[in-house]
Amino acid sequence: MTTSLLLAQLLNGLQYGVLLFLLAAGLTLVFGIMSFVNLAHGSLYMLGAYAFAVVGTQTDSFLLGVLAAVVTGVVVGFVLEKVAVSKLYQRDHLDHVLATFGLVMFFNEVVRMIWGPQAVFVSLPEYLSGTIEIFGFSYPTYRFLIIAVGLLVAIGSQWLIHKTRVGMLIRAGSVNPSMVGALGVNIRFLNAMLFALGAALAALAGAMAGPILSVQSGMGEPVLITTLVVIVIGGIGSVHGALYASLIVGVADTLGRSYLPMFLRQVADRDIANAAGPALASMLIYLLMAIILVVRPQGLFPAHKEK
Amino acid sequence: MDFLRQPNKFIAALFFFALAFIPTIAVAIDDNFLIVFLARVVIYAIAATALNIALGFGGLVSLGHALFIGLGMYSVALPANLGITDGWIQLAICIFSCALVGAVTGAVSLRTSGIAFIMITLAFAQMGYFVFVSLKQFGGDDGMAVVAASDFFGFKLSTATSVYYCALSLLFVLTVWIDKLRQSPFGMTLRAGRQNARRVSSVGLALRNYQLTAYVLSAVVCGLAGMLLANLSAYASPSSMSWVVSGDLIVMVVLGGMGTVLGPIAGAFLFLGIEEILKAFTDNWMAIFGLLIVAIAMLGKAGVVGWLESFGQNKSLQMNPDAMVETRESA
Repeated sequence: MTTSLLLAQLLNGLQYGVLLFLLAAGLTLVFGIMSFVNLAHGSLYMLGAYAFAVVGTQTDSFLLGVLAAVVTGVVVGFVLEKVAVSKLYQRDHLDHVLATFGLVMFFNEVVRMIWGPQAVFVSLPEYLSGTIEIFGFSYPTYRFLIIAVGLLVAIGSQWLIHKTRVGMLIRAGSVNPSMVGALGVNIRFLNAMLFALGAALAALAGAMAGPILSVQSGMGEPVLITTLVVIVIGGIGSVHGALYASLIVGVADTLGRSYLPMFLRQVADRDIANAAGPALASMLIYLLMAIILVVRPQGLFPAHKEK
Repeated sequence: MDFLRQPNKFIAALFFFALAFIPTIAVAIDDNFLIVFLARVVIYAIAATALNIALGFGGLVSLGHALFIGLGMYSVALPANLGITDGWIQLAICIFSCALVGAVTGAVSLRTSGIAFIMITLAFAQMGYFVFVSLKQFGGDDGMAVVAASDFFGFKLSTATSVYYCALSLLFVLTVWIDKLRQSPFGMTLRAGRQNARRVSSVGLALRNYQLTAYVLSAVVCGLAGMLLANLSAYASPSSMSWVVSGDLIVMVVLGGMGTVLGPIAGAFLFLGIEEILKAFTDNWMAIFGLLIVAIAMLGKAGVVGWLESFGQNKSLQMNPDAMVETRESA
């Protein structure tokens, strides 16, 4: 248990956390403001990863790949909102679950039809595949890039929501959408843009995760469920809550996976530790969620104080 | 004539009667696939009926019921691997574990409602999935074979036919019981709470206790379906806990008609039937099926039974989904 290992694991956790934040930021707004349950958010992440893999490999350009992912996210998100999602806002949550569950099946199968069931591998350009030396140990450049992008998006979203007119409308819309509409704001267009923005962030997350995870059909669902945990912990509809919760979950999960089995081996019998360690580590973030819910059902950083 | 006043019950009785002869027909035409397929359908009908207690009656949108199917499957597979094939012991393990897990996760989940409830039930099911994936000594990702079938006083669930009869009997008993439960004070309170929680509470009923009981009941019955499924497939794997299974169950309940007695059964038959037909036409059946589910969601959710009932005499008793949404939103 050296400090450099701990530092590396902390950075890994941070990197995982900001990736979760990219997904959670858009999703928590859709949940909080439109009160819409979007299980297809993971599909947008998957589509982003594929767009990145295809365009990035064809053009041999990392930046074009990322751009393609973001554009794909915006376009698919916008179309999805117009065609299906906007028709369901007035319905109850069960209809949202059903419709987006169907969409997940559809997107997963379409991707499998086009690119097959095998994972698509993406290689990094040379300037990103190296490592950077800090505090006497080396850490991959690309993971630093993910952290930087995630933090930039976090700052950008804070600025958008708290300092701009659009952000003011978004916050107003989350409290009373019909009042905002009555004041002459095109709330439906605002919703569509917000949905597309969330989709773009999800696609960006997919693109960033592409080179370090395998790009394949169904890749969106495990990360979607972790994102849901993040949103529940952070408080539904709260972007800064999503940021803190993403970092907490990212770091807790990463550290739990590397240190819990090690720690158990010291206090318990080796066989029991080997059996229980990984199981306990995979339960960690869900237990964290359960404990937080028992203490604060509305999440750690709720968007509205009282509803 | 009594059955004319209750056409649903008459159709249901005919349906169960016909199903009882399936194994005889399957043997006559030498079609083992038919019996295995229908056994699976009946088992899913049990699971959908179980989910309907929480979802249809209680309005609790649980996206995590696959967890209990998985627990049921492992309560057959794990003891069997240790040499315990006594079905009653396995049943006790199944009921105990499902009730315990259901009570704990239900108590935590019910502290929230709406979107958060959906997400938390999903997260708990995913937790179960990951726990069994990481338990390498129980097969991990690959799951484990059920080395010997459950043995109930010599009645062994070792063939598809025996599982089929067991599942069908259970489904029949369950249906009769659900019909009673729906009209009982417990069922009435639960359904009233779905329409307007605040009013039920102000009458002085502790709605959350009712909801938790419904959740635990539905968990245990789902576990029974899992036990049967483990015997049918002679296998238990974490993939049975995947969230897709939970989603499938919701689709079955809604497709058939949530809150009705026979809806989930109709839903299971329709869902797995459509799936099988689409599979015969194309390998990429999931793309078509996915869009079908989207269409079902967009069209509203009276379900097949609700739709049939709108032609029947008991129109006034039929639930009106739109009215329900309005009352909930005004609450």
